[in-house]
Amino acid sequence: MGELLIKNGFVFDPLQGIKGDRMDIGVKDGKIVEAGTLSAPKTIDAAGMAVMAGGVDVHSHVVGPKVNVGRLFRPEDKLFKSPHKSPTCSRMEMGCSVPSTFKTGYDYARMGYVFVNEAAMPPLHSPHVHEEIRDTPIIDNAAMPVFGNNWFTLEYLKNNEIENNAAYTAWLLRATRGFGIKVVNPGGSEAWGWGLNCVNINDPVPYFDITPAQIVKGLIETNEHLGLPHSVHLHCNNLGNPGNYTDTLDSIRLAEGYTPKNNFGREQVLHLTHLQFHSYGGDSWGNFESRAKDVMDYVNAHDNITVDIGQVTLDETTTMTADGPFEHHLCSLNHLKWANTDVELETAAGVVPYIYSPNVKVCTIQWAVGLELALFSKDLMRTFITTDHPNAGPFTRYPQVIAWLMSRAARDETMKTFKWLDRTIDATSIDSIDRELTLYEIAQMTRAGPAKALGISNTYGGLAPGMDADIAIYGLNPENMPSDPAEIEKAFSRCAWLVKDGTVTVQGGEVVAEPAKRTVWVDVKVPENAQVQRDIYEHFLRHYSVKLDNYSLFEEHLHNPRVIEVNTTE
Amino acid sequence: MKTVTLTLTKPPELMLEGQNITPDNFAGKKAAEIAALDVWEGKQKGPLGNYFTVEGDGGATAAETKIVLCGDCTRVKRVGQQMTAGEIVIEGDADMYIGGWMKGGKVHVKGNVDSFCGIGMEGGELIIDGEAYHHLGSSPRGEWRGMQGGVIRVAGNVGNDTATFINGGTIIIGGDADIHVSTHGEGGTVVIKGNAKGRVGGQMVKGDIYVFGEIENPLPGFQKVGEVEQEVDGVKGRFAHYIGDLGERHPVSKGKPVYANIYTRI
Repeated sequence: MGELLIKNGFVFDPLQGIKGDRMDIGVKDGKIVEAGTLSAPKTIDAAGMAVMAGGVDVHSHVVGPKVNVGRLFRPEDKLFKSPHKSPTCSRMEMGCSVPSTFKTGYDYARMGYVFVNEAAMPPLHSPHVHEEIRDTPIIDNAAMPVFGNNWFTLEYLKNNEIENNAAYTAWLLRATRGFGIKVVNPGGSEAWGWGLNCVNINDPVPYFDITPAQIVKGLIETNEHLGLPHSVHLHCNNLGNPGNYTDTLDSIRLAEGYTPKNNFGREQVLHLTHLQFHSYGGDSWGNFESRAKDVMDYVNAHDNITVDIGQVTLDETTTMTADGPFEHHLCSLNHLKWANTDVELETAAGVVPYIYSPNVKVCTIQWAVGLELALFSKDLMRTFITTDHPNAGPFTRYPQVIAWLMSRAARDETMKTFKWLDRTIDATSIDSIDRELTLYEIAQMTRAGPAKALGISNTYGGLAPGMDADIAIYGLNPENMPSDPAEIEKAFSRCAWLVKDGTVTVQGGEVVAEPAKRTVWVDVKVPENAQVQRDIYEHFLRHYSVKLDNYSLFEEHLHNPRVIEVNTTE
Repeated sequence: MKTVTLTLTKPPELMLEGQNITPDNFAGKKAAEIAALDVWEGKQKGPLGNYFTVEGDGGATAAETKIVLCGDCTRVKRVGQQMTAGEIVIEGDADMYIGGWMKGGKVHVKGNVDSFCGIGMEGGELIIDGEAYHHLGSSPRGEWRGMQGGVIRVAGNVGNDTATFINGGTIIIGGDADIHVSTHGEGGTVVIKGNAKGRVGGQMVKGDIYVFGEIENPLPGFQKVGEVEQEVDGVKGRFAHYIGDLGERHPVSKGKPVYANIYTRI
């Protein structure tokens, strides 16, 4: 691999505190180097453009069985909705809210992203997840197995056996080649197997008789006992219901008193995902209102928390989550088609199409809540842009979300289309917020912050020498920002250049190369634990539909791994 | 109105994907430009002029353009797809997807058509002098928003799965209908002047079906509530009135649940 010099760009690298300085970035053998050390580099002229690290997505549903169910049961999501015919890529690109694997990889690259964390991997189906990771070009992927409704976890945590739970967690991360601890509606998806749900953190799980509060606290302790790169990644109980912000605050408070213990530079113990869905007031759809302020006041005051917003983009999309009871609830609200599955001892999932319409008051309030979360944030290194793809909107709308955050005019333009504008303004604070985020703050929310929260900021999310040469260049001049927010959206939709691992991957918004992508996973070494080994053996003998020998991912499913090693035995 | 006459001189070996044959695409084009429009035979893309001779220029707008297709078009699909205005006359038979996703204008087929004609229709008029096959005026695969508006008139019989997920508009069938009519319907009207085989109105929430003949196997989810005198498509008659599908959810309007209606002539 050759040398590359990116000259004269305005560099934004929050990890190093670089705020739009005019700098040169050197690349050699796929890594970033001091610009002066290059001998005969190829040059990219980035004058008048913004240079950032490749984007890092902390939470997106892009690979795995429920994503594929979404693809299969929504053929209408492809019909007349795959307009982009790339002049440079030969692979079929189709789908809108649930794009094909190829479109997923290409579209992320076109937006300047290089790392995407799959937000929920059902452990039993990890081979499927890894096969789709292999088929998603360009972007590096990690996948988090779900733990919050896993029988092993529930049993260990009920008895407060943190060490045993840690040994099991390490085993499952290796068995699924997983990245970290994801928790979806703790206890609720297991209760769904009984036709029930856990609607707050003190609602006990049937049979197991453990509360969501115990599950979350136990998993935080497990995570810090192991010292994993990422923290517990929590989708709270009672998603999407009026008045749920109190349950959300109860959930966040569970992190009080915990401090991060890890060697990866991570500073939080709990990541709250798609917070927009969890910040609602009122007690019915009639008096539904935003409580983003209350939630963000708490988050702003507590350093051991990170959040992503889960912005509603007002599109027709496909919701999919391991929160089985929620999807059933949603189906009974919109009467559209519903897919549901139970994954044995581990989790459940549901899929329902959903239309976020500017003519529906609840949808436009949801839109405002997401933006308020970001605009009320005092620390954008702890507040990240997501759309919980595809739940609140497709990831291809990130550029639109960025435009809304960077421009009051963009927000006003969208609000003009709302049927219930007055009621939306009454139920939210969006109209009183004039804050417009800067390019530096967008770089915090889309690369530096997520990389740090995921514990991968030594490799991704920054431009310091030694890091992966993942560099996105956007056609935006910070000294002369366009007055039309549509130009901001356009610039972030199609980056001028994307360099991935030192290879020019996107040029002028089109994919021109497909450098090898990686699977990032976390290998944890723990002391041998005979009891956990026996428990695993017993559960597979009695309860699983597969044998233990067939459960762990076979090596051939794992595509181009990058292993992050954690050793707890020293 | 200007007329463009397409005559099929070299019939395709496979099916021809003719979605470019619409007044919208022909408007403002000379005959030579029309002959250069793309059509697909299997995976091969080629100009329209490889298969058809083109006579006449398009009008200034779609509404001022009339297209006449001559020759054996039994292997030509998707004529009039997504058209918004103007007129198409097919002098004989045609293949699938004729008038699919139509928004306006008129398509007149003087022979028979295959399946999926008029699917996802939003407006306009589709007239078929012969017979139509399956999925007439139905929703596209996976789509829950079926026919929204417009009129489909078939003189002969139709196949199965007519008007699935119909939301609006009218379908008038001169002959018999096979199984599955207005499945999942939430509006619109289907008139069957002959007999219907069965599964009429399954999971239907709202909307009307008139059957002049008999329903061979009526569904148990419909309940007779009375008899009514009505005029349907110019024919006066007395109908038995059934409501249903009672196994399905039903919206409530002014405190009363709204049901789908099936009327069979007495």
